[in-house]
Amino acid sequence: MPPAGRPGKASAPLLEVRQITKAFDGLVALQDVSLEVWPGQIKGLIGPNGAGKTTLFNLITGILPPLGGDILFRGRSIVGLPPYRIADLGIARTFQNVQLFVGMTVLENVLVGFHRHMRGGLLDAAFRSRRMRREEQDARERALLLLEEFDLLRWADEPVESLPFGLQRVVEVTRAVATAPSLILLDEPGAGLSGGEKVRLTQAIRNFCRDGITVFLVEHDMELMMGLADEVAVLDQTVLIAEGPPAVIQNHPAVIAAYLGEAEPTDAS
Amino acid sequence: MKRLSANAAAFLLAAALIGAIGWLEGTRPGGLSLPRLTAGLVTLDLLIRAGVFTIILVGLNLLMGYAGQVSLGQAAFYGMGAFFSAILTVKARHVGIPLVLAGAWWWPWLVMGLGAALVGGLAYLIGWVILRLRGHYLAMATLGLGIAVFIILRENLGLPRLDLTGGFDGVVGIPRLHVGAYPLWPVHRYFLLVWAVALATVALGLNIADSRLGRALRAIHHSQVAAETLGVDVPRYKAQIFAASAALAALAGSLYAHFQAAVVPATFGFVPSLELVLMSAVGGMASIWGAPLGALAALHPPELPRTRLPLTLPAPRGELEAVAFGLLLILVLLFWPRGLAGRVSGPLRRPLPARGAG
Amino acid sequence: MPLEVRDLEAGYGYLQVLRGISLDISPGEIAAVIGANGAGKTTLLRTLSGLLRPARGQVIFDGHDITGWPPERIAALGLIHIPERRHLFGPLAVEDNLLLGGYLRLRRESRAAIRDDLETVYTLFPRLKERRRQRAATLSGGEQQMLAIGRGLMARPRLLMLDEPSLGLAPLLVRELFRVIAELREQGQTILLVEQNARQALQIADAAYVMETGRIALRGPGCELLTSPVVQAAYLGRSVAPGR
Repeated sequence: MPPAGRPGKASAPLLEVRQITKAFDGLVALQDVSLEVWPGQIKGLIGPNGAGKTTLFNLITGILPPLGGDILFRGRSIVGLPPYRIADLGIARTFQNVQLFVGMTVLENVLVGFHRHMRGGLLDAAFRSRRMRREEQDARERALLLLEEFDLLRWADEPVESLPFGLQRVVEVTRAVATAPSLILLDEPGAGLSGGEKVRLTQAIRNFCRDGITVFLVEHDMELMMGLADEVAVLDQTVLIAEGPPAVIQNHPAVIAAYLGEAEPTDAS
Repeated sequence: MKRLSANAAAFLLAAALIGAIGWLEGTRPGGLSLPRLTAGLVTLDLLIRAGVFTIILVGLNLLMGYAGQVSLGQAAFYGMGAFFSAILTVKARHVGIPLVLAGAWWWPWLVMGLGAALVGGLAYLIGWVILRLRGHYLAMATLGLGIAVFIILRENLGLPRLDLTGGFDGVVGIPRLHVGAYPLWPVHRYFLLVWAVALATVALGLNIADSRLGRALRAIHHSQVAAETLGVDVPRYKAQIFAASAALAALAGSLYAHFQAAVVPATFGFVPSLELVLMSAVGGMASIWGAPLGALAALHPPELPRTRLPLTLPAPRGELEAVAFGLLLILVLLFWPRGLAGRVSGPLRRPLPARGAG
Repeated sequence: MPLEVRDLEAGYGYLQVLRGISLDISPGEIAAVIGANGAGKTTLLRTLSGLLRPARGQVIFDGHDITGWPPERIAALGLIHIPERRHLFGPLAVEDNLLLGGYLRLRRESRAAIRDDLETVYTLFPRLKERRRQRAATLSGGEQQMLAIGRGLMARPRLLMLDEPSLGLAPLLVRELFRVIAELREQGQTILLVEQNARQALQIADAAYVMETGRIALRGPGCELLTSPVVQAAYLGRSVAPGR
């Protein structure tokens, strides 16, 4: 049953994490974590550094195998599938420590995002088949449109590593959206962005959510998080300690103690 | 689009040069010849070798410079192609191929194609396994592969009674190639053939580099994890490009065998594999044009000291030559880390305005 | 005046990023630089620390004209830059990372003096003391940031330049970090702080600069810029509407 605040028409969650456990060298990273992401939702995930947020993203995208528990996407288990198969099912992501393709331009990075919607193989490429050229032209046009939407068009032909760090994150979001996923996992997309840039990013996230992409978001900027998310889950020291609408989470005593700290900070000077 | 037209210009220039050299050597107008014009520094023999290496290096650059997968055993595939052609043309009888087939003009061509396909297929299988390794481990595995193949060739494929590879002595008497009754010989005709194939390979390489596949390879190079989460089937693409590079090396091996008319295992050992990597680095690994540049550059510097040094320095030749070559190599890599191709294209590389929309 | 910058211009090849920057930092103050991505904040720090050669202008540090000096000489004078990606020695223990921060001082000072400073850093960041034997690569993001700052402090900087220290830190840790930065000032440390977390940076800054396209567009005391409507709109992201 979708709780209040979730779009009513969906009858089943898009992503279901069931009692997931993960450990590294005997050190527990996630313990019995269960949560759901519903279609059309913007779901937030917060928690202190080292709480296991990125680990959860790595498990969902198949980069790491879980120790126990199950992950279902559209009702089917995706545990054990290689990352590229999971991407093919429609889950895209960005990385906390930015994983762009250095040496390639911004446009080329985004074009890799279109990879799974293109078909040209080795022989098409070697002999420039007509199909391949048409496909290439089409992808290029769509990539430029996407770059325009994310306010990156003027950087299109720059080597991606020459962009300021904050904008590199936005390129990663653009690249992930290019895969036309049904679920996108964003790992701290706002880090390193100025206030104005965050406002534009927020708008872009809302836009692609409206276009049918469900969002699962890790972010430390509470203003951004609370302004975007319909529902927020809180991880602390490997376990889920709270889940609910942003307003409730912001005033949740355990969340304040573990993560937010007391209300607005007073002037430190 | 600008880069494409630069490529087209480079092709026209290369084709014109090759044609001119072929014509010069074919007609020798007024007794002029390539060695005479270049004071003995450039010969068709050297240029044919450079053409053969270009074919290998296009594959190697795609594998190492684009996909970022090191191969220290590429000469193994080169040798497999060479011996495949040598055995199935010279010793066809020994393996039970009737003379009607083996005597036909198209037989060596068929063998050449078959060899490339088989070696490519074999590399695909090997690649599926060893390309799971990364960095140093992959380098070690390919090194081992190269040495293993060299030993197998030297030891007569483990079947001394058949004596297919000829052991240390190799196979001699490999026939020249014909098209119908027209021989691709004397040497200037063979030169034109090799460079036609080499340029075609460069064209294929450029096409691959600037495609969905080329981008996927570069993506794998810089972040395998990110590539996978975008839907790139990493193991398959790695195996594919490994196979393609092996097939090209095998093709080059066949062309070499029919040129040299004799093949010995030592040509395809560990040192030649290393030399290929060095040529690739000198030319510029991350560039397709680096292949011909590296092949040409790496063949000539050793000639330079060999022909010039003895006149100026009365020293033991062999050693000084190696030292001079080594020094040149260090200098190139020190000052032009992106190789000769980076040197040539560097000043041309300006950010282009975004094409299309906007 | 520890640092005087006059009409500084710098960039990458054909791309000019800094278009004439002038600023003065007084001893014991926190100077904050805020601005959008691409405004040139990181480039400014790189130029000051010598990683990038200025095309024009002058940098005077502690009475020395350090314009165009190589980075190791500038660092030896005590101008220490902590870049936004932390560049820790991952396989080494926390304590070894810290000791390497004091490496340059070994020429003139005793090991004992450096050991003393180690204790000072541990008092500032108790977390690092708890994890002194742990490899740096296994620290969480926040702890790595603390280690990067701690390592910078081990060099006894006369001016500490921090590039986005709060990047990727949880709110509680961000607050802890700014507390430490303020505490460092109490101890007399001069700090140049580049931050996207504009609100908190402006709250503790004595002097603040807003950079736009390679120039300083606005300057003033931190608290003053905090209330400027221009700054609020562009850098504090005030217009993020709540809810959907």
